[in-house]
Amino acid sequence: MTDMVIEAKGLTKRYGAATAVDGVSFSIAPGEIFGLLGPNGAGKTTMILMLLGLTDISGGEARVLGHDPVREPLAVKRRVGYLPDNVGFYDYLTAADNLHYTARLMGLSSAERKQRVADALARVGLSDAAEKKVKAYSHGMKQRLGLAEIIMKDARVAILDEPTNGLDPQASIELLALIRSLKAAGVSVLLSSHLLDRVQSVCDRVALFSAGKIALLGSVSELGRQVLGGGYAVEVEADAGEGVSLRLGAIPGVRGVSETAPGRVRMLCDRDVRPEAAAAVVAAGGRLKSLMLDESSLETIYTRYFQSVEEEARNAA
Amino acid sequence: MRREGSALHGLGVVVLKELTDHLTSARMRVLEWLVVLTALAAVYAAITQIRDVTAQDPFLFLRLFTTARDPLPSFVSFLGFLAPLMAIGLGFDAINSEHNRRTLSRILSQPIYRDALLFGKFIAGLCVLAISFIALWLLVIGLGLIMLGVPPGGEEMARALIFLLVTVVYAGVWLALAMLFSVIFRSAATAALVTLGIWLFFSVIWPALAPAIAQAFVSPDNQVLQITAAQDLARLSPSTLFGETVLAILHPTTRTLGPVYLDQLQGAVMGAPLSLGESVLVAWPQIVGMIAVSILLFVAGYIVFQRQEVRA
Repeated sequence: MTDMVIEAKGLTKRYGAATAVDGVSFSIAPGEIFGLLGPNGAGKTTMILMLLGLTDISGGEARVLGHDPVREPLAVKRRVGYLPDNVGFYDYLTAADNLHYTARLMGLSSAERKQRVADALARVGLSDAAEKKVKAYSHGMKQRLGLAEIIMKDARVAILDEPTNGLDPQASIELLALIRSLKAAGVSVLLSSHLLDRVQSVCDRVALFSAGKIALLGSVSELGRQVLGGGYAVEVEADAGEGVSLRLGAIPGVRGVSETAPGRVRMLCDRDVRPEAAAAVVAAGGRLKSLMLDESSLETIYTRYFQSVEEEARNAA
Repeated sequence: MRREGSALHGLGVVVLKELTDHLTSARMRVLEWLVVLTALAAVYAAITQIRDVTAQDPFLFLRLFTTARDPLPSFVSFLGFLAPLMAIGLGFDAINSEHNRRTLSRILSQPIYRDALLFGKFIAGLCVLAISFIALWLLVIGLGLIMLGVPPGGEEMARALIFLLVTVVYAGVWLALAMLFSVIFRSAATAALVTLGIWLFFSVIWPALAPAIAQAFVSPDNQVLQITAAQDLARLSPSTLFGETVLAILHPTTRTLGPVYLDQLQGAVMGAPLSLGESVLVAWPQIVGMIAVSILLFVAGYIVFQRQEVRA
């Protein structure tokens, strides 16, 4: 057995004739934050439910902490925390009572329950609101309470479905910080999302999901190289001197130069050429205004990837 | 393929939680008032009537349950309405409320099987119903003791107790039906309406329809067959089963629930009561029928629930 926390091999889910998840394979290492990204309806939630044993697996195999979610769902669910998309709680109960119910379902003893619930609520900053009815909770507080449940369970793996969905920027930053603190505590995190820039900041590796398949898999910079044709983009803004573009194009490692606006030049290159670019502009008698390295953002990768897929489809048709 | 662990792991926790929810809910307040008012109305009606016709009835105390006085129905017919209504009221949103509150996937991601959740909710509902009926039953008996001044005999108490159990079983049928629809329909209102519709059909329309169907399909030459066919059809309705059971248990002189043939009456002392055991035997098929229906309905709900997707 490998030491992977989650392993999926050719995981497939069919609903009648439709295939929601089509032969997906990936694995998550201990302490890793893995992002499952893709448009709505790409099969992310189905994937998650299969890993939890909450829906049948039509084909392939899954292992969560070495357990088969189909045969040993209790063993899996005991050690995996799940935060569903738009999580709900019993709104007529207090936050603490909601967690106590979960703790009882876990089979924890009364003393342990009290301790763990109080600790978990403190970790997500809900201690003051612990005795408030969940009815009075905001969406962000509910999401945090969901994380508190995972912390209370002392889960080894946290599966979060669209955790930042519908949160205001402040709340989602707080939530992402909490997710990072889970990782710091040695918990592996699988998180699904369609909000790319938020997710980019926390994920070690991501899988781009499209129509039930993993289209791309790797760290964000790896994906950038794969989709954007690799390399770096450097943007130079300068009051044009003589032949700035020409000089910039002559720098070793630059593959292309294009003027995007008057006085604005975009260079595609194999390495970070900012020092040489600055020198080139000055040597041409230009006045350098700004120099920017465009790191590959997940959003660009994502849009570019799906654009190229669409183009291919159109060309094929 | 076997699943690991017990299907009922966590059942006790679910039962306790559902029980707490029920007992602290506004619904329970309504049920409590219904219980008190029903008891008062039934006892008042019965006692004024019994006082008028105090014959030498060896089962005077049981008349407390069965005597009606216009315009009030008897306690038994009160219960015939109240029990299904209470059961439907407790069960119609059992599962779909978890869906709508988006708690279902969170709860099922805890280390329990779906079995525990569904069965726990059923048991909790049945417990609440039993508590209400016991309270109602004690109220009626207590009021009867005070107002009649006649202590019930041992056999009367035994019959009254069996009647109580039968009522709980009958309520279980409707609870199972309500829960089945709470699994099938996402909207609680739809589930409630459909269950109420079925209840109305089986308690009001079907008993009237059964003889008509029998008349239409059985030749009028065979009177006996026509009658038994009508009766068999009517017994498809749980409320008919309940009515017949109550009749046999609370009217000890009931010798049979079907047509009586002359040869069966040979040697019988007319109007002589049957012993308790024999009365139970007369109603036994009906009691078993009600238990079977509730189990079937529960199993149907269970199967649908197991196959259902948990995602909202």
